[in-house]
Amino acid sequence: MKKGVAITGMGIISSIGNNVKENYRSLTNSSAGISFPQILKTHHANLPVGEIKITNKTLAEILELPLNHSYTRAALLGVLAATEAIKESGLKEEHLSNTGFISGTSVGGMDLTEKHFREFKDSDENRRFIRAQHPGFTTGKITEYLGVGGFTSTISTACSSSATAIMLGARMIKAGKLKRVIVGGTDCLTKFTLNGFNSLMILSPDNCKPFDNSRSGLNLGEGAAYLVLEAEDVLDGKKVLGRITGYGNANDAFHQTASSQEGVGAFLAIQKAMDIAGLFPGDIDHINAHGTATLNNDLSESRAILRVFGEKVPPLTSTKAFTGHTLAAAGAIEAVYSLLAIQNDEMFPTLNFQEAMEETGIIPVLQPEKKELRNVLSNSFGFGGNCTSLIFSKDE
Amino acid sequence: MSDLRTELKQSIIEQLNLEELEVNDIANDEPLFGNGLGLDSIDALELIVLLEKEYGIKLDDPQKGKEIFVSIDKMAEYIEAHRTT
Amino acid sequence: MEYKITGFVHIRDQHIFLDGREIFSSNVSKDPGDFLKQAYSELQISYPKFHKMDVLCKLGIVGTEVLFRNHQISPDTALVFSNASSSLETDKDHRKEMNGIVSPSIFVYTLPNIVLGEISIKHKLQSENVFFVSEKFNAALIKDYTTVLLENSNVPAVVCGWIEWKNAEYDVFLCLVSPEGKINFNRENLEELYYFQNERSAN
Repeated sequence: MKKGVAITGMGIISSIGNNVKENYRSLTNSSAGISFPQILKTHHANLPVGEIKITNKTLAEILELPLNHSYTRAALLGVLAATEAIKESGLKEEHLSNTGFISGTSVGGMDLTEKHFREFKDSDENRRFIRAQHPGFTTGKITEYLGVGGFTSTISTACSSSATAIMLGARMIKAGKLKRVIVGGTDCLTKFTLNGFNSLMILSPDNCKPFDNSRSGLNLGEGAAYLVLEAEDVLDGKKVLGRITGYGNANDAFHQTASSQEGVGAFLAIQKAMDIAGLFPGDIDHINAHGTATLNNDLSESRAILRVFGEKVPPLTSTKAFTGHTLAAAGAIEAVYSLLAIQNDEMFPTLNFQEAMEETGIIPVLQPEKKELRNVLSNSFGFGGNCTSLIFSKDE
Repeated sequence: MSDLRTELKQSIIEQLNLEELEVNDIANDEPLFGNGLGLDSIDALELIVLLEKEYGIKLDDPQKGKEIFVSIDKMAEYIEAHRTT
Repeated sequence: MEYKITGFVHIRDQHIFLDGREIFSSNVSKDPGDFLKQAYSELQISYPKFHKMDVLCKLGIVGTEVLFRNHQISPDTALVFSNASSSLETDKDHRKEMNGIVSPSIFVYTLPNIVLGEISIKHKLQSENVFFVSEKFNAALIKDYTTVLLENSNVPAVVCGWIEWKNAEYDVFLCLVSPEGKINFNRENLEELYYFQNERSAN
């Protein structure tokens, strides 16, 4: 196996906790964060979501922002998660000034343009949000707050955005183009996405049931997560949380939103990730699946996994029933969960599962379960056929 | 009622942007999906929107669409039986 | 290995250029949809799905169709695209519908990387793709990431560049990068080709 890129910090906020510790506690207690929307004002109030029950006002107070700030909700969540990651990695001001930042987002500042759209024309007060819809605006606000001054980029490849950001960062470090980079993503609940996903008829009226035979669609969620990646020569004896040993991206080349029957893109992404890591199927101890609980994804992903692993499918989990589908943030949130699994040698349950899909018979992890974990595969697939797979490994 | 069938063909061509087709190119019994017109799952969702907008028929289950959107004939039969507008 | 700009395409202001030579222009309509429809038919692109796409995807399909004309394209060709406005114009269309019945066929285009998906479907590319959202054309980013892909990932060729659509304006600059060709693939050449052509077509 090849020595991967070192991860020295991680931070997260989701509907199951405001930091890494709280998320871990919820995962081991099987405590889901799915509820009806309260913060988001929508006429779809009957659709369950993974909402973080903190208003923008309170988030801004926590961050001590001035009253007339122009941070979008995605930026507020992003700052909180990235601050935790930076703190853990011990990066100081002098490091941050040339640390890179690569962030995935799909809705960016949609929440604020949505809220203030009608008021733009006649109010100077809200004019500061006019540019907020630009995804780069959210990224810019986060780096401004953190004082991060290196290479900055925003990635938009739908629901694989933050996984792709992690892959990019790892690759840039490996190629010697960057020494330190913060990678991950942020997305918040918006009427825009809720109405849109509803029109695709893939939102479940109940709590989602990944990999279940009677699954009825996904729950949308929100959150942010970031990792700090550092090159070997600047590690300086620092504690390493885990390593990114593999990454792969492929296009399913089938349909704008649906995955192919056989999950060709997913299969290719997993294969590429294992090739880069120098690992064989038997080396993968656990899978954090994309597992959105739509009819289409779970079947297509299962078939891709069966094609790679044959009869020896590693125990797999979808944590979407805890957090909902956090879209562009999902890959980074599940990267944190994969690292928690490795650190604690523990697999988290797939909630709400009752019966295996008749086409595949795959039964996911159902209870928190201890197991020695050296290599964990994490999948993130997005609209536009964009499939990213990452492999996280123990620092050995 | 053949007028409904012609009307449906016109709406489908317009709503699904089938620019290279004309009403006469679509046979009443021709399959809409698969080898026929080659429509896909987004088109199916758009047809559900069309049923709601034009005929006041609301489908909650996309699977139901599969039974209705077999051909222009089938669609017309379903609309005649269920239309509210 | 030295990498070259094997071919490049510009689409801007009702003109399409391949390798700097104009291959199509039209004065019929300022509307991007009308222009692209006319280009589709003049360039004899036969792909009925084209008419279902939003302008960003149509730009991508016409751009790659022209760019791929004289070259054999490997299915492992990667796509590295960027723009400033993401999918803003289609986002606006979707928002307009939100108080009534939402159209799924508009919503599916509210992400900038759908154009990568459409190109991949059309040309059967099951390769790596990424979409950067940057304030302006960032030659250094495009050059760096494309080079990393070519050098470290068994990728034989990359289509990289800029694809922007805002209001009635559009600006496409896509390069095919591979070991073949005469123009060196570097930041200076990327910038020169991007800006030079834009200035010329503006005159």
